[in-house]
Amino acid sequence: MSKKVAFLQGNEAASHGALYAGCNFFAGYPITPSTEVAEVMSAELPKIGGKFIQMEDEIGAMAAILGAALAGSKVLTSTSGPGLSLKQELIGYGCIAEIPCVIYNVMRGGPSTGMPTGPSQSDVMAAKWGTHGDHPAICLTPASVQETYEEVIRAFNLSEKYRTPVMVMPDEIVAHMRERIVFPEKGEIEVVPRKTPTVPPEQYKPYDTSFGDVPPLAAYGTGYKFHVTGLNKMPDGFPTTKAEVVQAEEERQVRKVDANVDDIVTFEEYLLDDAEIVVVAYGSTSRSARYAVNAAREQGIKAGMFRIKTFWPFPDKQIKALAQKAKGFIVPEMNLGMCANEIERNVQGKAPVLGIFRVDGEPINPDQIVEKIKEVK
Amino acid sequence: MAFDYEKYLRPGKLPHIWCPGCGHGIVMKGLIRAMDSLKIGTKNTAIVSGIGCASRLPGDMDSCTLHTAHGRAAAFATGVKMAKPEMNVILVGGDGDGTAIGGNHFIHACRRNIDMTYIILNNKIYGMTGGQFSPATPTGAKASTTPYGNPDPAFDIAKLAIGAGATFVARGTAYHAAQIDKLIAEAIQHKGFSVVEILDDCPTTYGRRNKFKSVIEMMNHLKETSVPVKAAEKMTAEQLQGKVLTGVLYKEERAEYTTEYAKVIERAQAK
Repeated sequence: MSKKVAFLQGNEAASHGALYAGCNFFAGYPITPSTEVAEVMSAELPKIGGKFIQMEDEIGAMAAILGAALAGSKVLTSTSGPGLSLKQELIGYGCIAEIPCVIYNVMRGGPSTGMPTGPSQSDVMAAKWGTHGDHPAICLTPASVQETYEEVIRAFNLSEKYRTPVMVMPDEIVAHMRERIVFPEKGEIEVVPRKTPTVPPEQYKPYDTSFGDVPPLAAYGTGYKFHVTGLNKMPDGFPTTKAEVVQAEEERQVRKVDANVDDIVTFEEYLLDDAEIVVVAYGSTSRSARYAVNAAREQGIKAGMFRIKTFWPFPDKQIKALAQKAKGFIVPEMNLGMCANEIERNVQGKAPVLGIFRVDGEPINPDQIVEKIKEVK
Repeated sequence: MAFDYEKYLRPGKLPHIWCPGCGHGIVMKGLIRAMDSLKIGTKNTAIVSGIGCASRLPGDMDSCTLHTAHGRAAAFATGVKMAKPEMNVILVGGDGDGTAIGGNHFIHACRRNIDMTYIILNNKIYGMTGGQFSPATPTGAKASTTPYGNPDPAFDIAKLAIGAGATFVARGTAYHAAQIDKLIAEAIQHKGFSVVEILDDCPTTYGRRNKFKSVIEMMNHLKETSVPVKAAEKMTAEQLQGKVLTGVLYKEERAEYTTEYAKVIERAQAK
């Protein structure tokens, strides 16, 4: 049997990826350039008995998915920069209360209203540092329509596996371009279910670490009565200010990601084996970078690309290893050096890190990258 | 035999955080009596709150309890109710939480007429942060941020709920304890978004700044300034000056949101 093929936009693919992953609840608020996700979900979810709700604002949408997740749903919201800023309050709530959810954020120009229809990659730091307090962060940056579909599924899986919010952040180019997509068969891509309690309700504690760093999560209305709060909490879910408990719980929440970096971090190495010049790119920018690396190779320059697929946690280990042998790093990105700073943090002065930073709403073209590669020589 | 409140409370969680003289405990007992009279049980009941003194109420209740972020109770609760329409969803919070930072979620929950009950404990002040004026603080009153008297006009929360589309709106006071459970029970039974505003006191941060000599004086003030809707019908406008109405203020039958969404699912699946 031949596989189902379609010609889809990134945002549409994201919606279908969510449905493949078992998403049955969506709450959102209209915002360019991510609204297509809400439109697809409003049409598709009721067909499978799922729920769609357009909330009164971005914060309300984030609140609604967290509430629905606690009632047992697999949940998604979609937004873009200004909406992400508003959602940060409750992304932090999702982190501390450890509620699985996926936030699909299309990166447009910022700050503030910025350039609603222009591409950008300037939300990547907000994905890690946007909400206050120490917290785990997982952020995926797909580069194609097919990959957007697959990364949304992976985001759902990671959110369930680590019981934490996960962000998928395509730039506006990836979100709006149309490409051929091949749908996987049912069962072809693994879908991770929520870890639910094995103990009876009277013994259940929502943050019981005797089950490991990721305790099982019950659903409201299934006989389990438990308390959830945004305050620092004890294993039973009730607030505490006891120093040693707060310290241990905060460290555990962050450790869920930090101790599993190798499971979470994904990347692509393109022509890196003998590369002297390493272009580090992500999202749509990596498509120009691939073209530029090929062009440089044709001119006899040993260039390669390290493509970031998982932006958070950052591929520190891989960049540090590359820094041992590379003569230079080129970081093209549609912001003023957010990824480049992370590269410099890892390269630690062992090689020059040259950035190509555009925030004018135009994509970075391959020629610009080729020129920069030549500068290192 | 005395009413057994403990079967609705989480063992070992008391004492609650409220100050001596605060009326929130009276409302919590009213809620428990209401739940008991309706036999709705605790396993299938979600009690959702925001931030503030009143929002600590769910933690003491042996139910599915969700203490959310400031102002967000109605939006979280909407997610719970949409995901599990068969659950009873009760919201509890204060006047600042519900009508200032949570005002948008509040009016839209009213508009949707989603089947939940929102108990607003209106003590006219932000108590937990030490007594700043809220949207329910009377004009001229003293608060920690209105040292020269409050220049802001106050919301009439019940009117706000009616105007926004809530289909059951009632008001009681912490003084009229015996009425609270009846109002809450009727609200829970109502199919749609119901609001029960309970006028409450905050002796610690409101009373002492506004020349109330004692909790008793504050409670008496609630008694003297409130008039049951039935009694008000026979009173003149002059007699009603400075009074607030209590009882069921508004009730209508209108399409309920989760029922309407079930129809959306039917239509989508019929295609």
